[in-house]
Amino acid sequence: MWNFISPRIVFGEGALDVLDELQGQRALIITDKTMAQIGLVDKVKGHFKKAGIEVHVFDEVEPDPSVQTVQRGAEVARHVKPDWIVGLGGGSPIDAAKAVWVLYERPDIEPAAIAPVGELGLRKKARLITIATTSGTGAEVTWGIVLTDTEEKRKMGLGHPENIADIAIVDPEMAAGMPPRLTADTGLDALVHAVEGYTCSWHTDLTDGLCLQAARLVFKYLPRAVSDGQDTEARERMHNAATCAGLGFGNAMASMAHAMGHSLGGAFHVPHGRAVALFLPYTIEFFAPQAPERFAELAAFVGFPNAGDEKAARALAHQIRDLCRKVGNPISVAEAGIERKAYENQLDKLVDDALNDTQMVTAVRTPSLEETRQLFLYAYDGRPVDF
Amino acid sequence: MAIKFPSDEWVKEFASQINGSKAYEESGRDWEGDWIFVVETDDAYPKTVYFFIGLYHGKVTDASMIESEHARDAQYFMRGSFTTWRKTIEGKLDPIQGLMMRKFKLKGNLTKVLRYPRSAKELVNCVKRVPTEFTS
Repeated sequence: MWNFISPRIVFGEGALDVLDELQGQRALIITDKTMAQIGLVDKVKGHFKKAGIEVHVFDEVEPDPSVQTVQRGAEVARHVKPDWIVGLGGGSPIDAAKAVWVLYERPDIEPAAIAPVGELGLRKKARLITIATTSGTGAEVTWGIVLTDTEEKRKMGLGHPENIADIAIVDPEMAAGMPPRLTADTGLDALVHAVEGYTCSWHTDLTDGLCLQAARLVFKYLPRAVSDGQDTEARERMHNAATCAGLGFGNAMASMAHAMGHSLGGAFHVPHGRAVALFLPYTIEFFAPQAPERFAELAAFVGFPNAGDEKAARALAHQIRDLCRKVGNPISVAEAGIERKAYENQLDKLVDDALNDTQMVTAVRTPSLEETRQLFLYAYDGRPVDF
Repeated sequence: MAIKFPSDEWVKEFASQINGSKAYEESGRDWEGDWIFVVETDDAYPKTVYFFIGLYHGKVTDASMIESEHARDAQYFMRGSFTTWRKTIEGKLDPIQGLMMRKFKLKGNLTKVLRYPRSAKELVNCVKRVPTEFTS
């Protein structure tokens, strides 16, 4: 027995118009300063105005939002009393919006205790709309929330199925202005979701197709979206790919590349998509000797030659590194600009945080402490995994 | 030889598997907290059974079948039907998924439990290594 959970998804050109018909009194947009600066907040406000809904804005969400930030956002929500909470942005503002919504409805809960157990009893005060402005996180269609514990420099995987959005808006125009670097980082995040959603131990028949299609779209359209931001077809297909991958992994799980990426991101503030994509090939190589079949299937679906399961899994890792190169992303931690000494100083913490990340439970081969340490070291140097 | 579940012998073998696991020792090295597992009666088993498992810094301190959930002090309680436990022991149900689908109910400091997903996974690996025969 398992669930497939999804918001109503309004997608394609003009999807934002769905806001014009909303019923309600007040909306609180949770976003970041950039969204305001580039005019996307005003654009969304205009639609709410057409619906006759008063709009308030909390634009203090930082990359890798902290517990303190969402507590401040919840305080604003308690003051404004919105009946719509709107997460506008990439993964950080959308995750923050989910957390703000939970804390607004359930002030008795600590952020770190937002867990997928029991009942939350949401939707008594407000409902949630998510509007994706990047093409990668899939946060608009997942219930997962990643918050950062700034004291321990650790990312926490939180969330409850109830905090899924009521409406997810996937309008390619909202992502059209992304610069190439952000396009690459977030697009690779979508690929990692697709690959891990397809290959983790919690995958299901209902998620497999979404992950396969998302992977195929990313391999085909990400290089185009990065090299020419005006390529509207590539932009739209990447926006759809991110949502497909979000639905796929969100109803299965991510896995070890996410665990390692969260760990690195928590310690060194490497952008999420860049971090998880960097680790993905190493984790595939680690899984390949024991559980190569699903990687080989995915590689075949995308159109890579299949020379037997383990070789195909390793070839997939190679293709992912190629794609990273093509879009200008690092394929080793050293290339990501992290000093070896600083990295080695943090190694025990990196290993410990990765092993205790919630995404680690779905790994199809469980690494020991020493193997995890080796994986981090191999990834630093860019050495293909051979153990 | 397979050991009957539920029984005192079974939980002691489970404890022995945990104490032989380097992976659990590593992942649970900071853990302090005792558990009571409640195997609730259902169509497949006629009575509710209670197990106490004391866990401290990566090792089992004590494990036994007990008379009721009040027979020992514990900080954490996990309850599920006999069939749910059986599926978990047979590796057909991930206990984390079981918790999410409310097949298992957990009482205790959830925030603390969530910080030890690897320990949870290793406990499942240990339980799967117990040669188990299911009575009904």
